[in-house]
Amino acid sequence: MIQLIWLTIFLPIVGVVLNGIWGRRLGYQVVGAVASLAVLGAFMVGVIAAFQLGQTGAVVVPLWTWAAIGDFNVSVSLLVDPLSLLMVLVVTGVGFLIHVYATDYMVHRAENGPAHPDRDYARFFTFLNLFIASMLVLVLGDNYLLMYVGWELVGLCSYLLIGFWFDRPAQEQDPIDLGPGRPPVKLFPLLSPAASGLKAFIVNRIGDVGFALGVFLLWTTFGTLQFAPIFAEAPRVAQTMPAAITWIALLLFIGAVGKSAQIPLYVWLPDAMAGPTPVSALIHAATMVTAGVYMIARSHVLYTLSPGVSMLVAFIGAATALFAATIALVQVDLKRILAYSTVSQLGYMFLAAGVGAYTSAMFHLTTHAFFKALLFLGAGSVMHALHDVIDIRRMGGLKNKMKLTWLTFLAGGLALAGFPFISGFFSKDEILAKTYQASTALWLIGVLTAGLTAFYTFRAVFIVFYGRPRDQYLYDHAHESRWPITAALVMLAILALAGGILGLPAELLHGFGLDAPHFIANWLEPVYLAAEHTAAEPGHHLPFMVELSLFLISATVAIGGMFVAWIFYRVRPTIPQTLARNLRPIFVLLANKYYVDEKIYTPFVVKPGLKLAEAMAKGVDVLLLDRLLVDGTAKVIGRGGRWLSYLQSGYLRHYVLATFVGVLAVVSYFFLR
Amino acid sequence: MINDVPVSYYLLLSAILFAIGAGGVLIRRNAIVVLMCIEMMMNAVNLSFVAFSRYLDSAAGQIFVFMIMAVAAVEVAVGLALLVELNRHKQTVNTDEMNSLKG
Repeated sequence: MIQLIWLTIFLPIVGVVLNGIWGRRLGYQVVGAVASLAVLGAFMVGVIAAFQLGQTGAVVVPLWTWAAIGDFNVSVSLLVDPLSLLMVLVVTGVGFLIHVYATDYMVHRAENGPAHPDRDYARFFTFLNLFIASMLVLVLGDNYLLMYVGWELVGLCSYLLIGFWFDRPAQEQDPIDLGPGRPPVKLFPLLSPAASGLKAFIVNRIGDVGFALGVFLLWTTFGTLQFAPIFAEAPRVAQTMPAAITWIALLLFIGAVGKSAQIPLYVWLPDAMAGPTPVSALIHAATMVTAGVYMIARSHVLYTLSPGVSMLVAFIGAATALFAATIALVQVDLKRILAYSTVSQLGYMFLAAGVGAYTSAMFHLTTHAFFKALLFLGAGSVMHALHDVIDIRRMGGLKNKMKLTWLTFLAGGLALAGFPFISGFFSKDEILAKTYQASTALWLIGVLTAGLTAFYTFRAVFIVFYGRPRDQYLYDHAHESRWPITAALVMLAILALAGGILGLPAELLHGFGLDAPHFIANWLEPVYLAAEHTAAEPGHHLPFMVELSLFLISATVAIGGMFVAWIFYRVRPTIPQTLARNLRPIFVLLANKYYVDEKIYTPFVVKPGLKLAEAMAKGVDVLLLDRLLVDGTAKVIGRGGRWLSYLQSGYLRHYVLATFVGVLAVVSYFFLR
Repeated sequence: MINDVPVSYYLLLSAILFAIGAGGVLIRRNAIVVLMCIEMMMNAVNLSFVAFSRYLDSAAGQIFVFMIMAVAAVEVAVGLALLVELNRHKQTVNTDEMNSLKG
């Protein structure tokens, strides 16, 4: 079955072909079923492969030779090892639930009326399947070039899906009211879906340039792009050319920064909310943004060999985690709160990867996929009930109307907030413990971020589901979603609650005399076994008391954050407004996302970029290429032809005379030579 | 008796005939006359071929003459056909009026 791993990519592509060609003629139920079953099939193949792989390490499945030009040889072969299989299972497993959810989400129902599937229902599922297939190419490729192919395909799919509703206009945002006597806080308008898709694509392209350069450098340094020989050679190369390894690690990291939305290339991700909600869930949980983390986890050998870059990775990760969490504190758009939370949680994963805890990064990636997908789908369920309203200022009290959505969202919220013994708690605690070993300062940032995360998560939960309805009309018409939506929510809620079992803190439990396996660590051990030997300092375990204190601090911070949110939004609902009124400059700064888009990117990047593009279009394209080269060539040929045509008198004798003169000339040349 | 006439005489006659033919091709406007002049040029060449053939005691020149005659026959057939067709279109055989290729 491992040899058949290509089926995981092939099945979604079958879905793409079926729905892409005949989708409009098939009924929408058929389209949804084909798309979902394709991903389910891929998941099944992944599960069977996982059972067969066991602890044998890695299997390379060669498919065909892609390019063989002299020394340059790239094969299309798939690498099946614990790391890639874990990703396959996350991508297809969570992806399948999102597909099931989307089959109903993309159908709009008038009250008690007939169902109206989105007019581009088939296009949507074609892209969704393509997204899964692209991500699997990225994950399963056994060389950097194939990874790059998947990397670019994922970028393309994000563009197609974020801009799915390309004809919808940009949206104004209502200003935030700060009570009587204070001017309301104005917000910048949101980008239109088409612009958001473009933004995601272009920002990612910037990172991709780094990745591409890294791949070139890998080729010139190692003479191959395949993982196994590169990682085997890397320690030796690091001795002779340490700079090359450092540059490779740095360039690959630039790619990861773009795809995984870290500072400074995170700006595309909040705007990705313009896409349909299942897309947000897919991009933010299972696919796209995890690509950067996966790539660094895959290239761990290179990063272990360049501690400076690893430190940078950890630093950027920590900075992003804190930065995004502060923005999430005051956002009024439910999906944007979750989007900034994703940026923040990805920061955690980079922090973990930066301090060498790749297993923890992958663990957090997995649990995050569960609970973030759940939260997004929950938000989508709320949106569905409220006719696409996503502003939390118009929600409230929804727990009475949408019991299942409420409970599952609560489960996701607990996991994100890091409530003790729920999946997110274990993975986050593990990252914090590993960070503590590396740097106390980074650990402090991590803990602070954890507190903020718990706060903003439950701010959203309390505002959306508790209290009195703020918009009576919307509240009265709210209703629970139908089974494909709730079923996906329930499945993900179970995963989000119980996902922690995958990585129980074995050493801590061992201190209590309990024996618990750390499934993910054990599973990934073959991949990272080599890394531990090459690591600069061998991993040492923290003393039991320190470990326990860290555990307790994590728990306290999470519960503390939730408690503050409870005080702010349930017990004394006036506190937030008072705070905002008194700390107005800070509030405005946060509500406007530090003005990064408007005051930094727009004047310094977007406008010069547009000017440059305009100059290139007018100067180089129109003047140089069109006028001078293209039109110029045509004119020179045309004029020349007209001049030469004067030689044509049309009189036969002229031609004959010319022939005679010519013959005479040739003959006399040969005679007089 | 024929051997008494030097070969240079034949060549001179051939050159004169060729020049007359060439002059006719260049100067005359009647396409039929032009064709006839071309024939004359060919026959001038034939004459020198035959003269040389005789002089050098080699049959090769005679073979060339047959070749040229065959080609000339074909040329006249095609050329006359073209002329008849042109005449039908333009009601003239004046080469100066056949100038639609003029630039």
